[in-house]
Amino acid sequence: MDKIRVLVAKPGLDGHDRGAKVVARALRDAGFEVIYTGLRQTPEQIAQAAADEDVNVVAMSILSGAHPHLFPKVVNLVREKGMKDTLIIGGGVIPEGDIPALKQAGIAEVFTPGTPTTAIVDFIKANVK
Amino acid sequence: MSNEKIKAELEKYEAAVAKAIEKTPERKHLPEQRLYTPLDVKGVEAYTDEIGFPGQYPFTRGVQPTMYRGRFWTMRMYAGFSTAKASNERYRYLIANGGTGLSCAFDLPTQIGYDSDDPISEGEVGKVGVAIDSLADMEVLFDQIDLGKVSTSMTINAPASVLLAMYIAVAEEQGVPADQLRGTIQNDILKEYAARGTYIFPPKPSMRIITNIFEYCSKNVPKWNTISISGYHIREAGSTASQEIAFTIADGIAYVDAAIKAGMDVDDFAGRLSFFWNAHNNVLEEVAKFRASRRVWAKVMKERFGAKKPKSMMLRVHTQTAGSMLTAQQPNNNIIRVALQTAAAVMGGTQSLHTNSRDEALALPTQESVTIALRTQQIVANESGLADVIDPLAGSYYVEAMTDRIEKEAWDYIKKIDELGGAVAAIEKGYIQKEIQDSAYKWQMDVENKRRIIVGVNEYTMEEEPPKGLLKVDASVGIEQCKKLADLKAGKPINKMTKGRDNEAVKAALAELKEACKKDESENLMPHILKAVKTYATLGEICNVMREVFGLYEAHVSL
Amino acid sequence: MENIADEVLKGNRLALAKAITAIENERENATEIMQQLYPHTGNAYVLGITGPPGAGKSTLTDKLAKEFRSRGKTVGIIAIDPTSPFSGGAILGDRIRMNDLAMDEGVFIRSMGTRGSLGGLSHKTADAVKVMDAFGVDVIFVETVGVGQSEVDIVKAADTTMVVLIPGMGDDIQAIKAGILEIGDIFTINKADHDGADKLQTELNMMLDLDGVMKDWRPPILKAVANQNIGITEVVDTFHKHREHIEANGQLTVRRTERAKNEMLDLLDAKIGQYVRHKLVDSGKIDKFVEDIKARKTDPYTVVNGVMESMLK
Ligand code: B12
Ligand SMILES: Nc1nc2c(ncn2[C@@H]2O[C@H](COP(=O)(O)OP(=O)(O)OP(=O)(O)O)[C@@H](O)[C@H]2O)c(=O)[nH]1
Ligand SMILES: [Mg+2]
Repeated sequence: MDKIRVLVAKPGLDGHDRGAKVVARALRDAGFEVIYTGLRQTPEQIAQAAADEDVNVVAMSILSGAHPHLFPKVVNLVREKGMKDTLIIGGGVIPEGDIPALKQAGIAEVFTPGTPTTAIVDFIKANVK
Repeated sequence: MSNEKIKAELEKYEAAVAKAIEKTPERKHLPEQRLYTPLDVKGVEAYTDEIGFPGQYPFTRGVQPTMYRGRFWTMRMYAGFSTAKASNERYRYLIANGGTGLSCAFDLPTQIGYDSDDPISEGEVGKVGVAIDSLADMEVLFDQIDLGKVSTSMTINAPASVLLAMYIAVAEEQGVPADQLRGTIQNDILKEYAARGTYIFPPKPSMRIITNIFEYCSKNVPKWNTISISGYHIREAGSTASQEIAFTIADGIAYVDAAIKAGMDVDDFAGRLSFFWNAHNNVLEEVAKFRASRRVWAKVMKERFGAKKPKSMMLRVHTQTAGSMLTAQQPNNNIIRVALQTAAAVMGGTQSLHTNSRDEALALPTQESVTIALRTQQIVANESGLADVIDPLAGSYYVEAMTDRIEKEAWDYIKKIDELGGAVAAIEKGYIQKEIQDSAYKWQMDVENKRRIIVGVNEYTMEEEPPKGLLKVDASVGIEQCKKLADLKAGKPINKMTKGRDNEAVKAALAELKEACKKDESENLMPHILKAVKTYATLGEICNVMREVFGLYEAHVSL
Repeated sequence: MENIADEVLKGNRLALAKAITAIENERENATEIMQQLYPHTGNAYVLGITGPPGAGKSTLTDKLAKEFRSRGKTVGIIAIDPTSPFSGGAILGDRIRMNDLAMDEGVFIRSMGTRGSLGGLSHKTADAVKVMDAFGVDVIFVETVGVGQSEVDIVKAADTTMVVLIPGMGDDIQAIKAGILEIGDIFTINKADHDGADKLQTELNMMLDLDGVMKDWRPPILKAVANQNIGITEVVDTFHKHREHIEANGQLTVRRTERAKNEMLDLLDAKIGQYVRHKLVDSGKIDKFVEDIKARKTDPYTVVNGVMESMLK
């Protein structure tokens, strides 16, 4: 089995990184290779990193309400780079009402506050291609 | 009673406990020590030095002689979203309902010094705070609010100088002179690097801007709190109670050092330093934390910096209840949590308080939720009796022992940070960030392994309907804001004025500011920024000039 | 992707990324890819960047790469971070220092975990270097994990090795002396904005002078403040000087020949190991041997000799 590689990314101006860092560490402890982008990444930077690092998963965290704008943008750019199979997931403070549209846009799953990190690990293991 | 006698009795008690545990084992994951006795606290001889009286050194029991018997704490609700107009309405609503101070939340582009029309702001305008591009927005934000009467707190850090300048300019338009203004700018860049994330410039120029503000305000805006040295965000990022006050006081030491280095006398600015604590769930530990923090700061100011004025040694504090303890699940339970946190802040002796709303983990709060949160404070103030006697938990063996413990842990950290070269160096080395992250990860694992129970999250869960009626900031806000900004930049009329901005004057003011930035710290930037702001130069234009000269901060990330 | 190697040679960036993945995970097509690419390697110049944790290796690499770009060179970067021996996971954190660099089309950055290798690189670093080489970048940086003293594989992988040190390491300098002092072609004292840079420079000079053996290249000791972009052009100039030097005196050829030999031997070791394992372990034959060894009927030395004889005849 290939080692699973995950890009944990913080798109936009949002500075909430507690959750992203907790998730990054949990994924590391689950045996994944995790690349954390740090704050204030543009969708272009995230897509480029995803492609060059050939990650299996792009995992984005937004708590600032900019997800309707930024999540779909990243999905499009990642796909444009030819990363057809990359699993793209998101998390943070995302109102339930916004989730169907995000899934429509290609976000495989959205994880909201209170999610145990084990659920994220399990989802990745079950869905990564 | 003598210690010997207590010890003897304690032994008997321990024996009884051993028996009881055999029959009924204690719950798991409890603090080790189950009971506190006079043996755990210092004797009465230590009372005057370590605890003392309210309003007196070392201020363990509070910074004023009568505390809430004179006046309740300031009930200051943090608010701001969408446009200046929408936020202005929320502020006036809060004042009408008994709020006693304003607290402005800005959107992220504003906090990071970008205009709403900057490509990087796309999708963020007005989302998590109010969008302020220029003095024009600030005029609307405080429309019909008398800045001579209200005290206003602004959560603004890297561009604090610009927003303060805008506030001074609006006041001037209202006919209120700067020396009448009361309020606070957060202006605490160090915790932005360590825990909050809205930094712009590297430490050196950032510290210069901060000391420039100290100096300018001590002469021109003397009633203004020039900084709110914040532990709140450090705690929310995951730290423990001791880490919260230790790292924050270490930051405070760095600011005082910087101001003294810039040639100021400690007693000229220290009285305008203020702090910002978190009120977390563990009520008694929080009370102890507030008490310990006042004692540590008083000692720091007196012993380390040789401050003479009592005011310089007082840790005056604004508090916010812990948002990170509020859950998306069963959101009404959050009302109870906030009530307990409020009790902690009040028994801890806070000077002002924001209470979070039940929809904290879901979205910005609706007006209804904010009202409940404000009412929570009013209930605690008027109905609970907690505000009627000063420092009511003093003398509790447990609380006093915990106050001592937290104080000790704080000193240990402060020592360690001194060894690393102070707070700035410790942040540049990633030390503080790493400590916070380790605590955050531990907390998460404790919850996931049920060493900690969070009602509705890992225990007592139930199926729920998706929450309804949440506040939503429409994407049209950004478009509208950009349109207004385009008009401003094109020189079209502003608000009530028939005249638009004079782009030549803007250019000249920005050029002047740039030259001032290039000089050393003895050149105070505030007058130049004030001048630029009054030409309606935008926040982004001003910050871009500063970015050109000062460069950008590169965060240290270590996971 | 039809043929990854072809695509790499055509300059397809995604293929480059995919090729490294195939190699890192030892996928079936990995050998084939390397076979196809090998003839196209040997053109890039490989720079090794090593030094203690947090010395500023990544920040320096970022700035050095920008300098190379401004001099018209394309750049590949391989940045290695440690894999946890317990979980097998890793946080690959070097890239974070290079976020804006990554948007330059002439730069390709790849993060790798050590995945069990102890020498400061990963077992597949050398192959990843070759893939980038074949792809056509001019200069390849290899940033090692933050080293103590024994992780010195980088000398085998790089044409020029730079050791990054920082002031204020106290007695550590003594400790690292034994290890990484010997491998540096160039030393850079980064964080020269901190106290003690001059002192460190003096100490290093003394140690290198003590080194005794007269070499025709005395490693220069430079100073830099990477995060302020200070001292960068000098480092790049020194890289060039070293390169010219070892090109002129034949040392580069010696190093590369040595490398080819080592790589071949490593590959051979690995293959033989795999082969023997396959025959012995997968077939279950090993169980009987182990039983006999445990019962002291025989000993591991005799068994191994026997196995070797029968298999490698
Ligand atoms: C902690 C916190 C802060 C801290 C952040 C510290 C830090 N370094 O992260 C501080 C105090 C600094 C802060 C500041 C602000 N905050 Co805040 N903050 C919170 C709070 C209370 C908790 C978030 C948190 O860290 N929880 C703990 C972590 C572990 O959980 P989590 O992030 O939710 O992550 C979990 C899941 O969401 C998911 N997940 C998250 N990310 C990812 C990513 C991936 C890939 C996956 C798979 C899963 C996943 O898995 C995690 C594990 O369960 C929330 C409210 C809440 N209770 O959620 C508000 C909240 C997010 N903040 C808010 C606001 C408005 C702000 C400010 C913008 C206010 C202002 N105007 O100044 C500032 C600006 C900060 C900035 N720079 O961007 C709003 C956002 C509103 C919105 N989206 O509509 C919230 C919702 C509060 C509110 N209701 O008003 N905040
Ligand atoms: N003061 C100062 N800080 C620097 C300098 N160079 C890098 N840093 C900072 O030092 C920290 C570590 O830098 P990195 O580039 O990540 O160091 P590294 O050697 O790659 O670290 P590892 O890969 O984790 O071993 C970062 O916070 C940098 O911003 C410098 O010259 N002066
Ligand atoms: Mg590095």
